[in-house]
Amino acid sequence: MMDILQILFSESFWAASLRIATPLIFGVLGALLCEKSGVLNLGIEGIFVAGAMAGWMAVWLGLGLWGGVIVAACAGAFFGLVHAILTVPLGLSQHVSGLGITMFATSVSYFTYRTALPNVSSPPRIEPFQALDIPLLSDLPFFGTVLFQQTALTWLALLMVIVVWYVLYRTPLGMAIQAVGDNPDSVDAQGLSVYGLRIGAVMAGSALMALGGAFLTMSAFDAFFFGMVNGRGWICIALVIFASWRPGKALLGALLFGAFDALQVRLQTEVGALVPGQVFLMAPYILSIIALMIAARRADYPRALLTPWFKGQR
Amino acid sequence: MLALLGENGAGKTTLMNMLFGHYMPDAGNVEVVDQQGQLVPLALGHPQAALAAGIGMVHQHFTLAENLNALDNIVLGSESLRLFKRNRSGARRKIEGIMEHTGLNVQLDVPVGRLSVGERQRVEILKALYRDVRILVLDEPTAVLTPQEADTLFEKIGAMTREGLSVIFISHKLREVLAFSQRIAVLRHGVKVGEIATKDADERAIARMMVGADTPKIPREDMAAGDDVLQLKDVSIVGRAKRDSITHLDLSVRRHEIVGVAGVSGNGQSALAALISGLVAPTSGTVAIDDAPVSMFAPQNMVQQGIGRIPEDRHHNGIVGDMSVAENMVIERLGDPQIQSRGLLKQDAITANAQRLASEYDVRGPGVHARARLLSGGNIQKMILARVFEQDPKLILANQPTRGLDMGAAAEVARRLLEARARGAGVVLISDDLDEILSLADRIFVIHDGQLVAAESRDREEIGLMMAGQVA
Amino acid sequence: MIRIEPRQAPSRLMTLGIPVLSAVIALALATIPLAFAGASIGQAYVEMFKGVFGSVFAFTEMLTRATPLIFTGLAAALAFRARLWNIGAEGQLYLGAMAAVAVGSGAFDLPAIFLIPVIVILGCAAGAVGMVVPTVLKSRFGADEVVTTLLLNFIILIFLQMMLEGALKDPMGLGWPQSPPILDQGMLPPLMDRMRVHSGLIIALVVAVIAQFMLVRSVWGFKLRAVGENAAAAGHAGIGVNRSLMSVAIVSGALAGMAGVSEVAGLKGYLTADISPGFGYTGIVVAMLAGLSPIGVVISAMFIASVFVGADSMSRAMGVSSYLADLVVSISLLCVLIGGFSARYRITRINRQREQSA
Repeated sequence: MMDILQILFSESFWAASLRIATPLIFGVLGALLCEKSGVLNLGIEGIFVAGAMAGWMAVWLGLGLWGGVIVAACAGAFFGLVHAILTVPLGLSQHVSGLGITMFATSVSYFTYRTALPNVSSPPRIEPFQALDIPLLSDLPFFGTVLFQQTALTWLALLMVIVVWYVLYRTPLGMAIQAVGDNPDSVDAQGLSVYGLRIGAVMAGSALMALGGAFLTMSAFDAFFFGMVNGRGWICIALVIFASWRPGKALLGALLFGAFDALQVRLQTEVGALVPGQVFLMAPYILSIIALMIAARRADYPRALLTPWFKGQR
Repeated sequence: MLALLGENGAGKTTLMNMLFGHYMPDAGNVEVVDQQGQLVPLALGHPQAALAAGIGMVHQHFTLAENLNALDNIVLGSESLRLFKRNRSGARRKIEGIMEHTGLNVQLDVPVGRLSVGERQRVEILKALYRDVRILVLDEPTAVLTPQEADTLFEKIGAMTREGLSVIFISHKLREVLAFSQRIAVLRHGVKVGEIATKDADERAIARMMVGADTPKIPREDMAAGDDVLQLKDVSIVGRAKRDSITHLDLSVRRHEIVGVAGVSGNGQSALAALISGLVAPTSGTVAIDDAPVSMFAPQNMVQQGIGRIPEDRHHNGIVGDMSVAENMVIERLGDPQIQSRGLLKQDAITANAQRLASEYDVRGPGVHARARLLSGGNIQKMILARVFEQDPKLILANQPTRGLDMGAAAEVARRLLEARARGAGVVLISDDLDEILSLADRIFVIHDGQLVAAESRDREEIGLMMAGQVA
Repeated sequence: MIRIEPRQAPSRLMTLGIPVLSAVIALALATIPLAFAGASIGQAYVEMFKGVFGSVFAFTEMLTRATPLIFTGLAAALAFRARLWNIGAEGQLYLGAMAAVAVGSGAFDLPAIFLIPVIVILGCAAGAVGMVVPTVLKSRFGADEVVTTLLLNFIILIFLQMMLEGALKDPMGLGWPQSPPILDQGMLPPLMDRMRVHSGLIIALVVAVIAQFMLVRSVWGFKLRAVGENAAAAGHAGIGVNRSLMSVAIVSGALAGMAGVSEVAGLKGYLTADISPGFGYTGIVVAMLAGLSPIGVVISAMFIASVFVGADSMSRAMGVSSYLADLVVSISLLCVLIGGFSARYRITRINRQREQSA
């Protein structure tokens, strides 16, 4: 028991939590943006892979770290566009299209990687983002370690929480996105484009998802591996429901999740001899399912989620 | 104020949706007077263009985002999406000005999902007025209002027309058209069949114009009611929303009688219907069929007890659109040995059953093996009637049975209900069309806010007040 | 000006033609990644064709690959018909495989005629449990089964690794994480000498025929279709929606579990953590390509298996990554989706006769 308390009060624990949470923050925000406009994007898992691969490859090709971030976002937006075309103007099943996008994005990424690097035994490394060492602030006792030794991408993720919140709740565009996810007719009757808003939201959301992937290859690790996303996308889909489609709660959910994950890694070293390691590996997925069970009934779903809308059919 | 009058399916809404840019006409143009008084052609197919030309439309099915408040709904689309900030104080001032001037008051800061139906309709009208419309289209504005609320609305709109607003309102109710419009245009099967100044209008002549023939008068003979078939005693249902709840409701239905339940939709009718259909169990109170208390509230059980159900939303609850007409006709009796044996369907029997019912009930369409969704609304309703009446039910729940049907199909529904009554069935008729209830029901109840009250008289004025909850 | 209109009823030609056309387009689009990889396109297609039809062995290899895909394809097709989104066939496959090795590797020393049915039944039961859990979570808690089945895939895979290092570890396995082998009499008999194709294929074909019959002709199938097409109306008509979904869940999970049984007891003989290269997920594509028809699943499973086997062989011959196969499979899914749209809707151009206004 003392050990757990000791862990919970340690700086490195919270620093790790925030690090683990970062890709989830991007992913949950991206999924939230898509779903707020009424489109479920199960392409998220594949878009994570594509973002991880594209970002890493751009850096490896010499475009620089921020070049990699931009390339990753563009790759995400591209797959988002494909999903949006299939599900918005064509109104196809969002479930099946999303799974198709996941398969498509994953296989494109794997094929590209294998084609570019046919025979490598160990994956080539890049120089990843370094911790932003801000003088003075980094020397603060607790927060110095937790906050001010994160990489720029973590800061970007936190910034994005504010940006997404501001856009959704404080701008005319955000009002329109919320409206189109609740009742597309409301937007159409006011002379705005349902298709435009939804396609835009899905593309922007997918770009954010891809940044979550890029964090994995450009900050958490320094190379691309097959299977490195490992269900993080699906966890984000569960977290959005848990967060009830609110950016603030999404951040909280991702952080809680990161904390649990960091805790299990530490517990594993403590009690590893007693329990097989796999029990800890299962924890994040089981946690996601529990989060769903708690939240699903109470969740305030965007009313038009999953419902296609066709112009001229009222 | 121009009234656009016609039966369901006459093309009134389609015409107005073309004017507002929801639909693209195949041929023809629309011209609108611009600010300078010149007639200019309107770019079609774009609501944006219609709004810019000063045309506003209040749709029958509200086009409101329920997660946003009234203010945001009204302002939506009038601000550039590229702005980084909303200008709420300016908008609020303008809307408050309009509300003060017109008397159309709503709460601006509450999510629309929590507003009443009447308030939502006022939000819709404010949306149009905020855009400075000169032509306001109202599609069936009184469908969700009590007669008194409707009168108030028309008085306010009448005041606006005197200040220069042009109004087109769509209706199939002769009474309100004659009372409030200046001019009437009648549509039938997509063609304008007449236009007349209201002061010269004659009710019977217009009715004939709408239908193309004199309205069939359904003969309704008086009949002595028999024993109770259905008794609800002190039944309450606590639903998720108010509209899904009923409180301390008592009702008995006897053989050989039609009990009419009037009320503005959303006052608990759906809970009452769900209860009799077996979709929900009462939170408290007892339900008895033929004096035997019901313990299992499941649709299957209700069907077995001899309750026939005609659902409110026939597309959503009545049929499985992608299955065949024949399959839809047996969907309530899958346990019947005539339909299946040992879990396998008797295809020939199912087809024969469907062909017999289709000819008996005059269900027209591309055949019994075609998908049910291909039938017209009237034929879908006839298919449901066939399915229900074929089982010889002792109690029939008819929930909005004529909604959206043309007069011919509606008359057929009424005839079948009266026939069932003559045969000895009890009928619960839920309708928001007061005229329908007045013409069919033996006893009338009014439902308001989940409570059911017996109407002492058949006076529409008094029933109207009860629908508004103003008479206990 | 363009308008989207629903079609009256999709023609028979379209329902058959669209999947075929999608498959052809997906194969044709493979030229782009092939060109990107710098391979000779013509030769690549020849190699792929030879990889499937070049020899009896190649062809039986394709059938061997198709066998689990028929099972997972049926699992997806039946579940999707009822609008139960079972994306967890991958995990259910491993549950079935684990049950098969648990009972088949010596726990019961029975003759073949008893042991094989025991393995099959327990494998199916394990798979069924894997789908019943998310279905209960859906009906009890409203937890979306798409997300829960996806997450369960990961949980089951980790559980599998745990078992392969623990209870199911082969003591003679030289430390490799693999299960002990299934007893000889527990193995599904092979169909041909010196070929890997086994009687799991026969079971798969029989099951597909039964599934087709039950779907169209039985009360069970009637209820399943009604629940899938319009759950509200089915419930109103007195069909127990949750009960119907549960029965579909059991069948769907059992079929996916059977895929695992057929792989370990028909092909591999023992269980490792990599017996399925995503058969569960590919089953979704198989089902969609088949238009959710059980008989169609057989044909589309053979097509997808051909793509995989052909691409593998082409990859060995030409050094192009075999991820090309996954690419073709995912593109064919997207194509058949778009094709499904064109079967249900028609895009018409509105020819407006514009009268000149003054």
